[in-house]
Amino acid sequence: MRRYSIFALARNALGYHEGWERAWRSPEPKPDYDAIIVGGGGHGLATAYYLAKEHGLTNIAVLEKGWLGGGNTGRNTTIVRSNYLWDESAALYEHSLKIWEGLSQELNYNVMFSQRGVMNLAHNLHDLRELKRRAHANRLNGIDCDFLSREQVGEYCPLINLSPDIRHPVLGATLQRRGGVARHDAVAWGFARAADARGVDIIQNCEVTGIMREGGRVTGVETSRGTIRAKKIGLVTAGHSSVLAGMAGIRLPVESHPLQALVSEPVKPILDTVVMSNTVHAYVSQSDKGEMVIGAGIDPYVSYSQRGGFNVVQDTLHAIVEMFPMFSRLRMLRQWGGIVDTCPDASPILSKTPIEGLYINCGWGTGGFKATPGSGHVFAHTIARDEPHTLNAPFSLERFTTGRLVDEHGAAAVAH
Amino acid sequence: MLTIPCPWCGERDVHEFRSGGEAHLKRERRADALSDAEWADFLFLRANPKGEHAERWYHVHGCRRWFNAVRNTHTDTILAVYKPGEAKPEAAQ
Repeated sequence: MRRYSIFALARNALGYHEGWERAWRSPEPKPDYDAIIVGGGGHGLATAYYLAKEHGLTNIAVLEKGWLGGGNTGRNTTIVRSNYLWDESAALYEHSLKIWEGLSQELNYNVMFSQRGVMNLAHNLHDLRELKRRAHANRLNGIDCDFLSREQVGEYCPLINLSPDIRHPVLGATLQRRGGVARHDAVAWGFARAADARGVDIIQNCEVTGIMREGGRVTGVETSRGTIRAKKIGLVTAGHSSVLAGMAGIRLPVESHPLQALVSEPVKPILDTVVMSNTVHAYVSQSDKGEMVIGAGIDPYVSYSQRGGFNVVQDTLHAIVEMFPMFSRLRMLRQWGGIVDTCPDASPILSKTPIEGLYINCGWGTGGFKATPGSGHVFAHTIARDEPHTLNAPFSLERFTTGRLVDEHGAAAVAH
Repeated sequence: MLTIPCPWCGERDVHEFRSGGEAHLKRERRADALSDAEWADFLFLRANPKGEHAERWYHVHGCRRWFNAVRNTHTDTILAVYKPGEAKPEAAQ
């Protein structure tokens, strides 16, 4: 891998930018690997990268049915934060946020991580109490979190409508200043390039159609490009987790829902932070291109359609326009849906399964993007050592039987 | 899926309905007789298929009655609707 730097840029500028090497190879699948990661999104590629970097496993493949980052990695609203309520989640998401802070340097790829602050608004007395409780919990866990009064919200983000007579008046907010946004495509590409440089085979257009087992352990996968054998298989296929787990005869506590997002036409910089609201189900930030990136609540029914209903978009825009009246004059450019797999406790599953050699990373619901590097890091540990990392031990499949759930419906920010 | 055919009211806008999740889940009368794994199965585990899905709907802003539907979750096409207590229609099985 040739490193990207100011000198490389200058050198290639002299050559009319025709000398850049491909960011990753496009190899034919080998018949046999030490480990296979199914799913070439951010979490899968990060898992492969950390398997190669920290556990010395380099004979591994990432199988992607479409193109890299074409699923939820390229469909989210790119928000990164770690202000979760319970110790277990706070530790996991904060682990991830700490990796984000050095990720561009580590990958030698600019993921455009911008710590512009994430504000969560309170619109009623219950919100105020819940957010204050979470702010205290965050501080006890060493996570930065400020509580802003209504006036301080106005000083921090003057665009917000602070009028007391709107349907959902703003009464205060929490602010995590270390939170922010990152460029989601670059996260997938950066991890892919860094994993490829360590010898990982990234195989696109390769759909897994079956999981082969012998005597209670996995032996490989059937794919649209033939049979590939491996002793260890990690499923990282958000949205389709139930479908993949079903191939191995496992039922999951997961339901798949469309989550929609949309962007406006680009305008000059006017919003320099991320604003989220649980109560009205809307969140917005401004991309570096100038578009308002707006996220909605999930469509409430099970679906794999990657579309969602128009009424959800309407409800979200009602909320956005009430919070930011000036946005009523913005035209919306694009709308899309991603399929998120939601768990009953709004926490992910990063776990071994009843089948030996089969591991699963799923159930991130509406908030998986922020966890990409940390999730890959601990999941790689789980696969390599055949036992969970301390940070993901609480996020096992067994918790649904033992009852030890990690209820993050408040911090998940999007009800599901 | 912009409209849903309520078996009592006919075709109405999707905004009038609330999704009730997977249909035909049976709660054991003696829940204390179940093992933890069986109870977890009833509470949490779901079919979540990519394809035909039998599910419950509530016409909350209409007749306020529950009914079942079979829908293809990949295309969001509703294949059949039927009233509570009725068996899943043959055509959709």
